[in-house]
Amino acid sequence: MNAINPASPHRDSKGRPLVAVTGLGIVTSLGQGKETNWAALTAGKSGIHRIERFPTQGLRTSIGGTVDFLFEGAFSAPELSEKLATLAAKEAIGQSGLGQPGDFPGELFMAVPPVEMEWPQKQELARTTEGEVNYDVLLKAASTGKFAPMHELFVFAGVADHIADRFGTRGSPISLSTACSSGATAIQMGVEAIRRGETPAALCIGTDGSIHAEALIRFSLLSALSTQNDPPEGASKPFSKNRDGFVMGEGAGALVLEDYDHALARGATILGIVAGCGERGDGFHRTRSSPDGKPAILAMQDALADAGLTPADVDYINAHGTSTPENDKMEAMSCAAVFGERMSGLPISSNKSMIGHTLTAAGAVEAVISFLTIANGRIPPTINYNTPDPAIALDVVPNTARDAKVKTVLSNSFGFGGQNTCLVLTAPPEAA
Amino acid sequence: MQRDVVITGIGLASSLGEGIETHAAALGGGAAPVVDATSFAPYPVHPLKALELDRQIPKKSDQRQMEPWQRLGVYTAGLALDGAGLKEDAAAKADLQVIVAAGGGERDHAVDSAILTDLRGAREPGPFLNERLMGDLRPTLFLAQLSNLLAGNIGIVHGITGASRTFMGEEQAGVDAIRIAHARIASGQAETILVGGSYNAERRDMLLLFELGGYLRQGGFAPVFARDDAPGLITGSASAFLVLESAERAAARGAHAHARLGKVAATRSKRQPGTVEAALRGLLAGFGEVSTGALAVSAATGVAGITAEEATAVATLPGGHRVATGDLLGHAVEAAFPVSIALAAAALSTGQAAEAVVTGAGHWRGEGAAHLLKA
Repeated sequence: MNAINPASPHRDSKGRPLVAVTGLGIVTSLGQGKETNWAALTAGKSGIHRIERFPTQGLRTSIGGTVDFLFEGAFSAPELSEKLATLAAKEAIGQSGLGQPGDFPGELFMAVPPVEMEWPQKQELARTTEGEVNYDVLLKAASTGKFAPMHELFVFAGVADHIADRFGTRGSPISLSTACSSGATAIQMGVEAIRRGETPAALCIGTDGSIHAEALIRFSLLSALSTQNDPPEGASKPFSKNRDGFVMGEGAGALVLEDYDHALARGATILGIVAGCGERGDGFHRTRSSPDGKPAILAMQDALADAGLTPADVDYINAHGTSTPENDKMEAMSCAAVFGERMSGLPISSNKSMIGHTLTAAGAVEAVISFLTIANGRIPPTINYNTPDPAIALDVVPNTARDAKVKTVLSNSFGFGGQNTCLVLTAPPEAA
Repeated sequence: MQRDVVITGIGLASSLGEGIETHAAALGGGAAPVVDATSFAPYPVHPLKALELDRQIPKKSDQRQMEPWQRLGVYTAGLALDGAGLKEDAAAKADLQVIVAAGGGERDHAVDSAILTDLRGAREPGPFLNERLMGDLRPTLFLAQLSNLLAGNIGIVHGITGASRTFMGEEQAGVDAIRIAHARIASGQAETILVGGSYNAERRDMLLLFELGGYLRQGGFAPVFARDDAPGLITGSASAFLVLESAERAAARGAHAHARLGKVAATRSKRQPGTVEAALRGLLAGFGEVSTGALAVSAATGVAGITAEEATAVATLPGGHRVATGDLLGHAVEAAFPVSIALAAAALSTGQAAEAVVTGAGHWRGEGAAHLLKA
């Protein structure tokens, strides 16, 4: 399968294969590609704007980090999610130089938003008849066979199936959701598969292009979203005293993970290592985290232990930092519990202050940004930090990017429904 | 490192009722399937036999915050935990991993219908839709719709604080859930995993998705492998959860193992005539020798073409009792493969077979197979 020297393979502290990163790709509301995103993120630029994709009259929230530069006409959430994933994957695979076009020698692990038939499609079915509409009417229209492409559009397996076809990944592609930690879970699953020796490489993607009226309204009805619509770029303000909810965002992050020895053997440039993963469930509540932060604390500690590192080794925390009152408080408290007195001087910033919460994609998008942080020795700021929360004593890298030597990042993802996933991401080993 | 993986808990619920014995009896033959051909006509479904929810979901407030597919799954997960002797074991539940194969949440059909009707005459459809959704959607409905909230509810109701992952992607999500759970335990990445899926067939929104692609059988019930007159799915409400465990761990805590899960394999053929048969034959070949008399449980869908291909692949196995899960309790989409594994494990547990092979080809994508042996 590869040219690993079995006599001296590289192993982590637990004797497992090292998992290298050899390709990164990203799309957010700030733009397409690593260069564009990195320039904007380190300039403290916001990608949040007024939503123009659909009318926002009557809505409490009218802003978002939508990605508006990819389609001319109308599109559905799976179409945008697939497009975002395709662009990110293409960039990542291109950088890795692994395989041939359309022939990626590894498995696909993909965080995708749960999609379903949207209103325009239902209306299209309804237009085939007159009078009252109900699901029997829709079923009758469906049974004509005239709308068959909608099946492929809205089955859950659809997006990953198309990506698998496009890039020629191996095996049975995984579509997964762990809500707001989905992107991190996709990476974790790739790491596990490589550690098991099942695959020499994995394409791990988190994608989310699901901002439409009903999606926004659902989060709005749960009072999860910021309603400070003016100015839009000021709404996402993680760790600030006046934070009032998250801002929905769209985007995709893609990572090519590879057995370190496999990457070395083909002369690939190693961008970093996914050194550890930790995950914990939270049986406390459907939307709220345990007030004691225990699951988040354990997930961070598990990730560090999995990496064979200690809190003292971490140089920077890429926060979940959603800008909701509860998350940011809980995350600050949990970090303090894990890092102790060190926490007041340990930089922690939230990319979501600029790109919003990219939901299903967030864990992957933020992992990509974390590796860019390592590579560039520069920490993207938490913007909109003008009113510090006295209850949160953190160095949030306020408003302006900061140069710093960063070798080890802890990236946090805490999700609705209780899944907390933390990744420890490190610089490439100095000497191969 | 490759460790043996055993099944120490089986939770099963369907139109037939609940539990290992009920379903093992159905496997033995005789009983007619429970079919409702009128409520969703022209589409027959296998309706869930009502559950005494209080037995597994004691708080009414929890029951209220879930839709039927979630209640069914949480209930069945509870059966599996009870069977494995883990329900009251707080330490075990703190480490227990959960993998759920989940579909989409359930729509509020009345709200959707009313809005679609009124949208016809709306002068400004966009703002009108906003107004109606803001007013008509129950805030908590979202939580009953999110795919990963089945896992979330299992955690909350049963007090599991280990991590959970939710796989999506119709039938193949069920295959991959079992496959990944098995691989993680076999390789030492996990000790105990609660894995399964849940499907509520009694909903028009899901029928609509399948009917768009022409995948539903219309008319009355017919056996899965005898639907040439009108091929297609007959969906059934069903759920299965399994407690998978390393054999060492199970032995150390004195747990009874119903069966050993030998191998689980999955692939994705680029669907053309013949690819499903070839894919399944390839997966079965990976199991090595299968004994004469091994039970074959098929999660086949009844969809044209691929169902016959699956039958041909299964026919290459040395002759034993052959069962289509769909003939007993219908097609349960994400839960179809977990239910089929549970049926095979129940057969081994009750002495109906000493070995079993499970196969399944998704209605649109994905092929999977598993090999079960006596523990």
